[in-house]
Amino acid sequence: MAFKMSVQKYSGKISEVEIGTGEKAIKIGGENTLPFYNFDGVAGNTQKVGIEISDVYPEGWTDSFKEMYKEVADCPVKWAKYVEANTKADFICLKLESADPNGLNKTPEECAQVAKEVAQAVSLPLVIAGCGNHDKDGKLFEKVAQTIDGYNSLFLSATEDNYKAVGAAATMAYSHKVSAESSVDINLAKQLNVLLTQLGVKSENVVMNVGSSAVGYGYEYVASTMDRIRLAAFGQNDKTLQMPIITPVSFESWNVKESIASEEDEPAWGCIEKRGIAMEISTAVSSLVGGSNAVILRHPESIETVKELVSALA
Amino acid sequence: MALKALDIFKLTPKKNCKDCGFPTCMAFCMKVASGAVEVSKCPHMSDESLAKLSEATAPLMRGIKIGAENSEYELGAETVLFRHEKTLINRNRYAVAFCECMTNEEIDAKLANIKAVNYVRIGEEMKAEMALIEYFENKEGFLNVVNRVKDSNLDLAYILVCEDAAIAKEAVEILKDKKPVVYGATKENYKEMIEVVKADKLALGVKASSLEELYATVELIQAAGYRELILDVTGENIKDTFTNAVQVRRIALKEQDRTFGYPSIVFANKLSQDNANMEVALSSVFTVKYGSIIVIDDIDYAKALPLFALRQNIYTDPQKPMRVEPKIYPINNPDENSPVIVTVDFALTYFIVSGDVERSKVPVWLAIPDAGGYSVLTAWSAGKFGGSSIANFIKESNVGEMTKNRDLIIPGKVAVLKGDIEDCLPGWNVVIGTEESMEIPKFLREYKAKQDEALANA
Ligand code: B12
Ligand code: SF4
Repeated sequence: MAFKMSVQKYSGKISEVEIGTGEKAIKIGGENTLPFYNFDGVAGNTQKVGIEISDVYPEGWTDSFKEMYKEVADCPVKWAKYVEANTKADFICLKLESADPNGLNKTPEECAQVAKEVAQAVSLPLVIAGCGNHDKDGKLFEKVAQTIDGYNSLFLSATEDNYKAVGAAATMAYSHKVSAESSVDINLAKQLNVLLTQLGVKSENVVMNVGSSAVGYGYEYVASTMDRIRLAAFGQNDKTLQMPIITPVSFESWNVKESIASEEDEPAWGCIEKRGIAMEISTAVSSLVGGSNAVILRHPESIETVKELVSALA
Repeated sequence: MALKALDIFKLTPKKNCKDCGFPTCMAFCMKVASGAVEVSKCPHMSDESLAKLSEATAPLMRGIKIGAENSEYELGAETVLFRHEKTLINRNRYAVAFCECMTNEEIDAKLANIKAVNYVRIGEEMKAEMALIEYFENKEGFLNVVNRVKDSNLDLAYILVCEDAAIAKEAVEILKDKKPVVYGATKENYKEMIEVVKADKLALGVKASSLEELYATVELIQAAGYRELILDVTGENIKDTFTNAVQVRRIALKEQDRTFGYPSIVFANKLSQDNANMEVALSSVFTVKYGSIIVIDDIDYAKALPLFALRQNIYTDPQKPMRVEPKIYPINNPDENSPVIVTVDFALTYFIVSGDVERSKVPVWLAIPDAGGYSVLTAWSAGKFGGSSIANFIKESNVGEMTKNRDLIIPGKVAVLKGDIEDCLPGWNVVIGTEESMEIPKFLREYKAKQDEALANA
């Protein structure tokens, strides 16, 4: 027999979503192949890598970050400018941690003011993450979307509990993008996308966060969920799953023991910073090979490596 | 490829003699095609027909055994491209690279690293399983490394990288009992290389400069009668390597072409050019997508922790949830003063939590109710780990008779359950534990210190 490349043509295609404005705006999605399978068809826009910052001092982050950001971490505007100037990130993810009702419990107005100052200070696209309390995030995003109207930001995330408020504010009242967050399950991902479109949100304004975990911590479910979602989007041309995927890797990878156990507690394990970076890189590239179009990371070194890998695989 | 009854029928003697126990050859062949009967039940089949049939019914991807004794591993034998379709079978293995140019100190340093990185995660031993030793031109140096690694007595499987058949043979002689992989068959030297591996049926690594050439070389080797192969998918660059790895697996399993139905080897070390972060990235990529042996430059915990964890996840069987038995687990010899601490029956959670409790050295009764085999938050969201189910388990398990202590420590992530549990469990005091298990040792030691103090004052 003669050698022949195996080529798989799909009818389905992922939508293309633009985030940000001006020269530094990014586009994700647009492919009709599994990630980096250029031999099958159009690989779409290259995968993008963002950096996580917070509107409160990152008390819970490992020491190397506090050292790295010691001049800027008490002010989100300074912090955002710093990462724009000093890292290779394609976008900034501003986490509005201060809104947390169990923490500082800042009002949506106060948070929106911070978001606005950050948006004005940098030209990289912004992803706005909430505090994780679905109720509060609904109210928060309504206000922030209004305050930074025109910046074409991405709101992370709309969930089953708050999609009406978030979807309507971010993409219908103001022109932003919304991320639909579901818990590692293809049917839940589909359902939330359907709910958002029924509400009137255009599917080209939606990206998905289909769930994430650090490698070693239930990651097998994340991997298979992504595989199934992508195969359904391409092979079955399932329109309700043809949105790009964004994965906030750093929200998980920096919470696990491998990344945070001190060198005194685990003397054999060696440098804590190296461990955290390796966990972050491994989780990020696994997600990218699985189907994520964008990942959010924390360490500038991880960002550099992951970007280098993406450009080698593109 | 499922063989049709008619195809098998063509190969029978068509005597309808009934010696197989079936009325006609065709009836027999239908049973064979359905997999119910083995073709050897017909005593009249020619050897040639049997050979043809065994080839046609062979698995699409061969399982290749490498190494010996404690370090024997099977590679390949996969049946699906995606784990959710069924399961992935033989996990990839990581090989640490040595080369002829290394001094004894350098060799010993790498051996020490291999020895140091060896731990248990969720009941499985985690370590670099293989040593790869590379020859270029310095035979003495090469054989010295082979001997020195062997003399370390570490449990390792070996890969000898050497395209010179005569020298490869000498190295194989040294490692005879270890069943090393011999790497370096090309379209030029394959005949001599087969001679090196044939007698012991050692796995032979095949390399080529392109997929076309790899395919043609495998055909030559198969025609020469050898089928214990491992295919090098490493290309000029990262992109080519990814393409090769996917194509080889897909051509085997989807296009059902057995020429590529072999495990692969990926030289992540070469592609990452001394960049340790890139090596982690590439090793992760090829753990997810179709590497069978992944070669790395060296091993340390920073690399091992994510890679082995990822591999363990990717190769768990999605059809078998990893659960532990719901019951009371005594840890660190608890007695009538020890507290009860509760978690879920998800194996991952159990192993992490019980490991950290052991490390605290504080005696506790670990209570594990039936939580559906889910993680703490998953089980709680699914309604399988709530106030009443925890309380019922505490009552039914009679843990209250094993200890007089009425403190019940719960995971910090479900702190909201405190009130519910206390309502259902009069007399007990719910203590909210830490969110992460790694903080358990500190938490429990402080708990114990307070308790001891209270007992002393009482
Ligand atoms: C893998 C996964 C699944 C898998 C199940 C895996 C399993 N066997 O549990 C699947 C895909 C099946 C699944 C399903 C669901 N999931 Co789920 N899932 C996850 C995921 C990605 C990882 C979970 C995991 O393995 N964690 C690792 C283990 C080790 O963590 P753990 O058990 O909590 O243990 C840690 C700590 O709690 C602590 N600890 C444990 N015990 C104890 C005890 C004491 C005393 C102490 C001190 C500490 C302690 O130590 C451990 C390590 O630090 C998480 C998201 C994430 N990244 O965490 C979502 C997540 C848990 N799932 C979630 C949800 C909502 C669900 C569903 C209900 C979705 C739905 N609507 O159907 C279903 C429920 C199942 C069902 N259908 O009935 C939500 C929970 C939301 C919430 N905050 O309550 C999460 C957080 C995702 C999200 N962000 O939305 N899920
Ligand atoms: S034993 Fe063989 S030849 Fe005889 S009937 Fe059966 S299949 Fe036919």
